[in-house]
Amino acid sequence: MARLLRRLLKNAFAWLISIIVLIPFAVMLVNSLKTKEESYSMTLKLPAVMQLQNYLTVIEQGNIIASFFNSFMYATICVVLVVLTCSMAAFVISRNETGFNKFVYLLIITGIVLPVNYVALMKVMQVTLLNDTRLGISLLYAAMNIPISLFISTGFIHSIPRELDEAAIIDGCGPWNLFFRVIFPLLKPIAVTVGVLAFMAAWNDFMMPLYYLNTSEKWPMSLSVYSFFGASMQAQRQWNLVCADIVLTSVPVIVVYLLGQRYIVSGITAGAVKG
Amino acid sequence: MNKRKIYPSYFLIGALVVYFVLLLLPSLVGIYYSFTDWNSFDPAIHFVGLDNFKKVFSQDELYGFYIFNTIKFTVFTTVLKMVIGFGVALLLIRSVKWVNFHRMVMFSPQVLSFVIVGLIFRSLLNPTEGFLNETLKMVGMGALGQNWLGDIKWAFNSIVAVDTWKGAGYLMVLFIAGLKSIPDMYYEAAQIDGAGYWRRLFKITLPLLMPVISITLILNITYGLRVFDSVYVLTNGGPGFATGVINTIVFKEFSNGTYAVGSALSTILLVFVCGICYFLMKALTQKEVEY
Repeated sequence: MARLLRRLLKNAFAWLISIIVLIPFAVMLVNSLKTKEESYSMTLKLPAVMQLQNYLTVIEQGNIIASFFNSFMYATICVVLVVLTCSMAAFVISRNETGFNKFVYLLIITGIVLPVNYVALMKVMQVTLLNDTRLGISLLYAAMNIPISLFISTGFIHSIPRELDEAAIIDGCGPWNLFFRVIFPLLKPIAVTVGVLAFMAAWNDFMMPLYYLNTSEKWPMSLSVYSFFGASMQAQRQWNLVCADIVLTSVPVIVVYLLGQRYIVSGITAGAVKG
Repeated sequence: MNKRKIYPSYFLIGALVVYFVLLLLPSLVGIYYSFTDWNSFDPAIHFVGLDNFKKVFSQDELYGFYIFNTIKFTVFTTVLKMVIGFGVALLLIRSVKWVNFHRMVMFSPQVLSFVIVGLIFRSLLNPTEGFLNETLKMVGMGALGQNWLGDIKWAFNSIVAVDTWKGAGYLMVLFIAGLKSIPDMYYEAAQIDGAGYWRRLFKITLPLLMPVISITLILNITYGLRVFDSVYVLTNGGPGFATGVINTIVFKEFSNGTYAVGSALSTILLVFVCGICYFLMKALTQKEVEY
C-alpha cells in the first residue's frame, strides 16, 4: 500500500514538473490565436474564434521570411565549416600525438569556457572587413562552436581503428584520400551530432548580430523577433501578434529538436560526461 | 610509416585560424586595450596604465555592484539548477511511467534561444496583462500579483527563476547519463550490507558522480559569469540599474563608445573565469573516485 502511494506520488510529481515546463508554451499558442482585445487578458482561456490570420499579419510585418533565410544561411555555413575543420583537426590530433598537436588541442578547447571580449572583437572584425557582413557572422558562429565540436570529435575518432589507415596507405592513399574516402564516411554519427548542436547554437544566438550586424536586412530571426516585440509593445500592446511571432520563431528549433533529439542528447552527454 | 606525412599538420589550419582570429585574439588584444583610453570620439589611442581598472574598482562607480550582481546570479542559478536537475534526474531514472516523455519535455526549454525564453516570460510576467498575474486574479489570489520584472525587490529573483526554468533540464540529462553509468552491483552489494536509501545516495551515488558534477559545475559557473541574453532581454539591467551584470554593462559601454572601459571589464571577466576554472579543476580532480 505504501509502495503504491509512493509510486503515485512520484508520477504526480513528474507530471507537475512537466506541466510547469509546458504551460508557457501553451499560453503562447493559445494567445497567438486570440484577437487583440482578448489577449489583453493573457490567460489559458480559449479564444472565441480562432484568429489564424494573426500568423499572416506577423509574417508580413515581422520580416519573418527574410530573417528565416538569414538564420538558415548563417547556421548552414557555420555547420559546414565546423564539421569539416573540426573533423580534420581531430583526425590529426588523435592519430599523431606530438607536443605541438596537443598544444593546439588544449589551446582550442580552452575556448569552451573562454569569455569573448566583444569590444576588441569589433576591432578585429573591422580590420578583417568582416563587420556587418553575412560571411562575418557565419565565421563568428563557426569560431564559437569549434572548441566544443573539436572536443567531441576527438573523443570519437579514438574509436576508429588505426589499421584502416595503414591498409589505406598501403593501397596508395595520400592524406586527403585517406581522410575523405576512408575516415570521414565513418564519422557520420558524430558529424550529425556536432552539426545539430552547432546549428542550434548558431540559430539561437542573439549577441553576435546585436554587436556586429547594423543592417536590419541581414538580421537573423532572434534579432527580428526581439525588435518586433519592442515595436508591438510601443504601438498598442498587440500580445496576440507577439505570441504568434514567438511561436513562429520557435517552430524551426522545435522541429530540429524533435528530429534530432537522439543526436542532441548523445552530443551534450559526450561533451560533459566522458570529459 | 611517416606520421607527419600521413597526418599533416595543415589539417589543423582551418579550425585553428578561425578560432584564433575570432575568439582568442580579441581576448588577448583586449587585455592591451584595457590599459588605453580607446573610445569612439578620438581616433588616437593612448596608453593610460591602470586608469580603467581604478575606475572600475572605485567606490564612486557602480561597477563593483555589477560584478557583485554577476557573482550572485552565478551562485544562485548554479545551486538551483544543480539541485533541481539532480532531483529530477533521480526521479526520472526509474519507476515513473512515460519516462521518455517527461525527459523530453523537461529538456525542451534548453533548445530554445534565450531571446525566445526571455520574450515568453516578459509576456507571462507583465504586471497588468501577463499570464501569471491574470491567473492569480482569476483564482482569487490577485493580491499575490507583483510587478515581477519592474520591481527592484523581484526583478533579480525573476531573472534567476527564468534562467533556472530554462537550464535545469540540461543538467537533468547530464545527471541521468551519469547515473546510468554507475554499475548496479554497487547498489545491490550495499543493500545486502543493509544500507538505506540516503546512505546509498551519499556513499555511492554522489562520490561516483563526481566527474559529472565537476563538469556541470564548471559549465554552470562559466555560463553564469558570462550571462548576457537572459538579463538583457528580460530587464535590460533595469529597473534603474538593479539587475545589471558585467556583460550587459560591457554592451552599454560599447554603445556609448567608451570601448576601453568595456574592454577592461571583459578582461576582469577573463581573469575571473580562468582563475575559477583553474581552482575548480585542481580541487575537483583530487576528489575523483576510481571504479
